[in-house]
Amino acid sequence: MSAEDALKLKFAGADLAFSQFRDNHRIVVPAAKLFEILAFLKNEQHFDMLAEVTAVDYLEYEGAKDRFGVVYVLVSTTSGERLVIKTFVNDPEPLLPSVYSLWKSADWLEREVYDMFGIRFSGHPDLRRILTPDEFTGYPLRKDYPLKGRGERHNFPVLTRAES
Amino acid sequence: MPFEVSDLAELDAPDKEYLWTLNFGPQHPATHTTLRLVLTLDGETVVNAVPHIGYLHSGFEKLGEHLDFNQYVTIVDRMNYISPLHNEISWHHAVEKLLGIELTPRCKYLRTILAELMRIQDHLLNTGTCALDLGGFTAFLYFFQQRELIYDIVETASGQRFHTSYTRVGGVAFDVNNAWVDKVRSFVKGFAAVHAEVHRLLTRNRIFIERVKGIGYLSAEDCINMGVTGPLARASGVLRDLRKDEPYLAYPDLDFKVVAAKDGDCYARYLVRMQEMVESIKIIEQCIENIPEGPVNVDAGGKAVIPAKPSVYRSIEGLIQHFEVMMPNRGFPTPHEEIYAATESPNGELGYYIVSDGTPRAYRARTRPPSYIHFAVFPQIIKNHQLSDVVAVLGSLNIIAAELDR
Repeated sequence: MSAEDALKLKFAGADLAFSQFRDNHRIVVPAAKLFEILAFLKNEQHFDMLAEVTAVDYLEYEGAKDRFGVVYVLVSTTSGERLVIKTFVNDPEPLLPSVYSLWKSADWLEREVYDMFGIRFSGHPDLRRILTPDEFTGYPLRKDYPLKGRGERHNFPVLTRAES
Repeated sequence: MPFEVSDLAELDAPDKEYLWTLNFGPQHPATHTTLRLVLTLDGETVVNAVPHIGYLHSGFEKLGEHLDFNQYVTIVDRMNYISPLHNEISWHHAVEKLLGIELTPRCKYLRTILAELMRIQDHLLNTGTCALDLGGFTAFLYFFQQRELIYDIVETASGQRFHTSYTRVGGVAFDVNNAWVDKVRSFVKGFAAVHAEVHRLLTRNRIFIERVKGIGYLSAEDCINMGVTGPLARASGVLRDLRKDEPYLAYPDLDFKVVAAKDGDCYARYLVRMQEMVESIKIIEQCIENIPEGPVNVDAGGKAVIPAKPSVYRSIEGLIQHFEVMMPNRGFPTPHEEIYAATESPNGELGYYIVSDGTPRAYRARTRPPSYIHFAVFPQIIKNHQLSDVVAVLGSLNIIAAELDR
């Protein structure tokens, strides 16, 4: 039985959307069920590697209903299968459960999503900014992040030689 | 392991006053690029390490949303600049998968040869500088001379030594000629001798072995759980290679082995990389004698492809097609879809997640950089090692900061 069939059986009541594009098998899951489904895929199916966590800001995307999509790419190192799991979160407080307890690779990947999109992961042990400085405000990969004008870097204190 | 507040409290306790903190980087010869580590030391033993990254963050992924699929190739070049052409191949692999373009046989073979040359180039630098950091200068020089030959080959094909921007949607910028084929042949011929020489210099060199054997151990379970791929995972016994598992380009036709080791330490990683170069040479040998004839680019009838220059200069259809692809307000239609596509880069799984909104610009162009995933492992594997081992482990992880920060 494929992992997708197992999911259909186990989460019969949940609102799951299965699709395929080229060789990507994709499942859109509700955010409330996300952790449960990922835990099922890891513990009872054989998806032992989390290759990728990333997010997309659908603000300007034609026909999109939700603001952010968060994407998890799971890999099975035994069978070589891949699954792309996607879930949606919305403003004002985008929040998802952290999957760090399942896969340690989620540590930095979730931190990057937080840093770039401002999506928080509850239960993450160390959710700090990673690529931008700690003092940074704003989330650069959001579509409403300004591309022109005086930004955060102009607000940084300038140390002169006399002060340092 | 993530840095946890409880760790810090423990290390700050009054009876731990003898611990001291060392700032390693951002400018340090052994980091090779710009990254910073804050090490807590007990004498010479590393008790805790906290990496700070982002010094080279330059918003590449944001740029990817504003450049079209052909233009962005100049940016992906600059991510892993140790093997720039492989990034281009990976990027266009993902784009072509999104658009559903099947490459011509000649292009597949050509890209395979270049990808393997890049793998050799990456491993040459990595093993060379790893030895250099540990005091072995000779191997570094021998290997850098071979890298020079690869630059020459790449320059003959694309006109650029380093940041080549050579691939295009549906093909490459220029076809290669017989002089190029001869250059690759002579490189393949000469490489074995240099490789054997470095084997003799390092593989059984006691000074080198004592610095790397048993250092930076990573178990197979940890590799899988922490998302580690590529030569690092294979050195720990994870038999995973996308060239075999999800074959792309010409790899299904070729005969090569997946190199793996069991020990999972820096020495095993060195051995895996050394042997992978031999396998890459085998692949190039098979490809270079069997490059199919025919066009290198997909027929320009498919709207996304830049037409050949003669047809642009001599026919109105070619000129129109060229304008359609090149002009910023024209462009070609793309599917309203999202795709994740990965290739086996020299460093591990290099994936791209592309969201397309129907225009020739990606709505989101996410890179899954192997260096980023691998550096997250560093604090765990350096614990309880000596300060001098930091250099050996950093060298064996092959962290490229431009790819790390993007």
